[in-house]
Amino acid sequence: MPKTMTAMDEFAVRLAKFVIGHRWLVIFATLLTTAAVTYGAQFLQMSNNYRDFFSESNPELQAFEEFQGTYTKNDNFFFTIVPEEGDVFTAETLALVEELTTEAWQIPFSLRVDSVTNFQHTWADEDDLIVEDLVKGAESLTAEELAEKSQVAITEPLLRDQLVARDGRAIAVNVVLQYPQVDPFEVPQAVEYARTLRADLLQKYPGHKIYMTGVSMLNMAFQEAGMKDVMTMIPLMYGLLLLLMAVTVRSIAGTLVTLLMIAFASMIGMGAAGFYGVALTPIALSAPTIILTLAIADAVHILITMRNSMKAGMTKRDALIEAVRVNFLAVMITSLTTAIGFLALNFGDAPPFWHLGNISAVGIVAAWAMSVTFLPAMMSLLPVRAPKLAAANENNFFARLADFVVAHNKKLFYGIGAFAIVLISAVPQIEFNDQWTEYFDESIEFRRDSDASTEYFGFYPIEFSVLAKGEGGVSEPEFLQKLDEFTQFLRQQPNVTHVYSLTDIMKRLNRNMHADEASWYKLPDDRELSAQYLLLYELSLPYGLDLNDRVNIDKSATRVTATLTNTSTLETKVFLDAARGWITENAPEYMQATVPTSAQVMFTYVAERNVESMIAGNIIAIVAIGIVMMFALKSARLGALSMVPNGLPIVVAFGAWALMVGTVGFSVAAVASVSLGIVVDDTVHFLAKYVRGIREKGYDRAGAIKYAFETVGMALVVNTVILVIGFAYLATSHFKMNADMGLLTALAITFALLFDFLFLPALMLRGSGKLISGQKDDSEGVQQNVQTQPAE
Amino acid sequence: MFKRNLQNKLAAALAVVTLGFSLIAPVKADEAADKGYEIAARSDRSDLGFTSSEVTAVMTLTNSAGNTSTREMYFKTLEKENEEVGDKSLTVFETPRDVQGTALLSHAKILEADDQWLYLPALKRVKRISSTNKSGPFVGSEFAFEDFTSTELNKYDYKFIGEDEFDGMKVDVVERFPRYENSGYVRQIALVDQEVFQVRKIDFYDRKNSLLKTLTLKDYREYEGGVWRAHELEMVNHQTGKSTTLSYGDYSFKTGLQDNDFVKGVLKRIR
Repeated sequence: MPKTMTAMDEFAVRLAKFVIGHRWLVIFATLLTTAAVTYGAQFLQMSNNYRDFFSESNPELQAFEEFQGTYTKNDNFFFTIVPEEGDVFTAETLALVEELTTEAWQIPFSLRVDSVTNFQHTWADEDDLIVEDLVKGAESLTAEELAEKSQVAITEPLLRDQLVARDGRAIAVNVVLQYPQVDPFEVPQAVEYARTLRADLLQKYPGHKIYMTGVSMLNMAFQEAGMKDVMTMIPLMYGLLLLLMAVTVRSIAGTLVTLLMIAFASMIGMGAAGFYGVALTPIALSAPTIILTLAIADAVHILITMRNSMKAGMTKRDALIEAVRVNFLAVMITSLTTAIGFLALNFGDAPPFWHLGNISAVGIVAAWAMSVTFLPAMMSLLPVRAPKLAAANENNFFARLADFVVAHNKKLFYGIGAFAIVLISAVPQIEFNDQWTEYFDESIEFRRDSDASTEYFGFYPIEFSVLAKGEGGVSEPEFLQKLDEFTQFLRQQPNVTHVYSLTDIMKRLNRNMHADEASWYKLPDDRELSAQYLLLYELSLPYGLDLNDRVNIDKSATRVTATLTNTSTLETKVFLDAARGWITENAPEYMQATVPTSAQVMFTYVAERNVESMIAGNIIAIVAIGIVMMFALKSARLGALSMVPNGLPIVVAFGAWALMVGTVGFSVAAVASVSLGIVVDDTVHFLAKYVRGIREKGYDRAGAIKYAFETVGMALVVNTVILVIGFAYLATSHFKMNADMGLLTALAITFALLFDFLFLPALMLRGSGKLISGQKDDSEGVQQNVQTQPAE
Repeated sequence: MFKRNLQNKLAAALAVVTLGFSLIAPVKADEAADKGYEIAARSDRSDLGFTSSEVTAVMTLTNSAGNTSTREMYFKTLEKENEEVGDKSLTVFETPRDVQGTALLSHAKILEADDQWLYLPALKRVKRISSTNKSGPFVGSEFAFEDFTSTELNKYDYKFIGEDEFDGMKVDVVERFPRYENSGYVRQIALVDQEVFQVRKIDFYDRKNSLLKTLTLKDYREYEGGVWRAHELEMVNHQTGKSTTLSYGDYSFKTGLQDNDFVKGVLKRIR
């Protein structure tokens, strides 16, 4: 035992003795607590609603909810039907569409079905207005009739490129659903029905491909990607962990106890989420992987110290107490700071990140508590062989590394500093892209189907509720004229595949009411006439279709839908700005408040909403961690300095990503918070040993650096390897947000080790000052003063 | 998983309860159909002989966001005593002002598409509308044509379900199945009171047999000759959260309307 024991050390020793003395009690209490909290896991639900990615206060979500309250909900299935060859205007393909249109009414929660076959074709026969399904009894249509239907469908602005491809290669059926949202199995239930329907139709009509997309499929994909990750990743993660532990800790007992500890920590984290009533997204589902990765760190530090102490001849009991004493402060600080980092995720706008942060924070705190109670208790119980007294080869390596770093500290300081500045300057080049189809990899059916479907049809709808002047205002000729101009403007924008507008319906009705004369295909120029056309149109709509889908109930606004092809977030922003610009410049006063809205609009701004708030959150977290460090190290100066190696690796990792990849989804907003705690972990362990070296062992700075390298160098390398493998493993997720987050975090952790080994010592030699060393400035000529002693 | 288990249990419990119920009160299929038909017939015939009626109504639409909009209209109806033939009706819109004078003439058919003519005053022309859309919504409301144009007896097959209490009344519960091919419903459940034999409430089940709408008929008043009319009809759509109420003014009966008041030619002369 060293001569100088801090109060913290004394507490740690008393704790360790108590734990070992009452090991059965500790083990029993751990099991009981775990079981009690895990009970909450039964309340967990899988999220199958993309809205779960937005908080209630998200302004884009609020706008869209209001829009959907006025018109129809936009949950849907979009079936794209492609015959293997030829065009879709064959008796067989149309029969398929007709059957699908009828059967789609049976899909649970369906509200409305639109297709070419049930399109309400209106035409005039003298003074009769005939309203009928465009295609009825497709199987018995003659070639001539098929050609006629084809002509009608492909020239109809409401159908072309929306429900039938311009070149006749594909045809679509859109099913609108309204979920009561009382049962989490609503979406899976509807999807299961729709999939069975598709399978049946494919069997009955061979030679076709049917792709399923739409919001319901997107929602299902979130759930399926999450499930797939859980089923494949978590078991493999545990396998990987076993292997790593076996290699590094080289103890069956240690590996077993760590495994239990990690499993318990994950269970406690998830159980707590269950009590909180969380809907699990794939993002929140990465929490067990993260807890697992982080919890290993705690265990590794303690087990490695124990092993080294036993190697040095201590008994198992003494080695355990020493391991707890030496690591207690560092493990506590790192757990605390990591938890703070994760809690900072709550500053974002996206609930899945709140859940990820809170689940991980609970898991990390649980893992920390177990690492100083359950772990020593179990280890004292299990047989552990004292390792052979071998020459400390590894320490030789770290001693040499320490000498090298101290000797070349000036070159390293400026060299790495320059390297960091170059990478940081690349950060602004990062481009945000949140295209929801691309959140999923190709192993997810939704991604494959949407890739195929976008070859024929647009994918991302942008909605506008175009405002008219007062009740009935949509019939005003001036309004319809402006609406028509707006529609034309939207149609001319790049990436727009289709625009659905009331003006096309008005023009058609006007022509119908004038004996189908082509010259009457224009907007009515009389308010009363327009209003009466609308009434006529309302009266002619069949079951399931109503005008409310297009015009609000007091007819003071109408909905225009522009559909975009597969478009990047940046391109979408350009489109949205153009549309807003047109409204500002051209729209009359009463139309000015018209704004674009839709899920696509929500995802377009999700990055900004989250990144801004999370940057603020991270700055707060870094400062909070700095303050914790000031107290823990009892040095304001060191605490302040620690913010440099804490913040730098994350920013540098972003820079490296900007150069290597370029685009990123809004999940990166989480990277800083996720990696912050881990990055801090390295710094804390290194600085804690550095300070111990000076205060307890009486070394000078260079000596303390060497002491730090020798005592924690190995543990830091092992930890980093485990963490990098763990996070890089997230890259195999089927969900791109997790993959990006994993890779970026792995990058940040790698940089963190690099900075702690090569840059931090140089920084200490320059900046840690006299406050701690009480010796003369030794940053020059340190080579001569280096004292080395083997670690205790 | 947990929820699904619960659902299964619930479903099982329900099955036991309904099975038990049907054991206690065994009603043979034919008997149930006959009794259902009788109840419906008694209800339908209770206002037999009103010959013709005229009434104004205010229709209030409410969407799921709670916004409302109203329109006023005037209904004229000519009763056809033959149960195989539908009534004739004329609907004239009075507000919003834009559509004032727009008139819809309808000759209801029992099992086929209705004959309809529409007069648009701004166009000064009558158009015959050929459409099979009886199940479509009536001017943006939650009422379909088939819901409220008429409650013709032979539009449905019936099945008597049992007796119940509703709003303090003893009611017969009758299930009815539309016979019209293009109907938007697979079935309806109607509650008919046992005192004056009027329909008090109807649940509508859509094509996938999910509860779609509920119609509540309130403020029944008796007119001369034992004819009853509800003056407040409220239709709630459970799937979209939208609703429509129809408030009727006082009815006038036997106003001397004839068949020739319900021909295409009269439409132009309405205003």
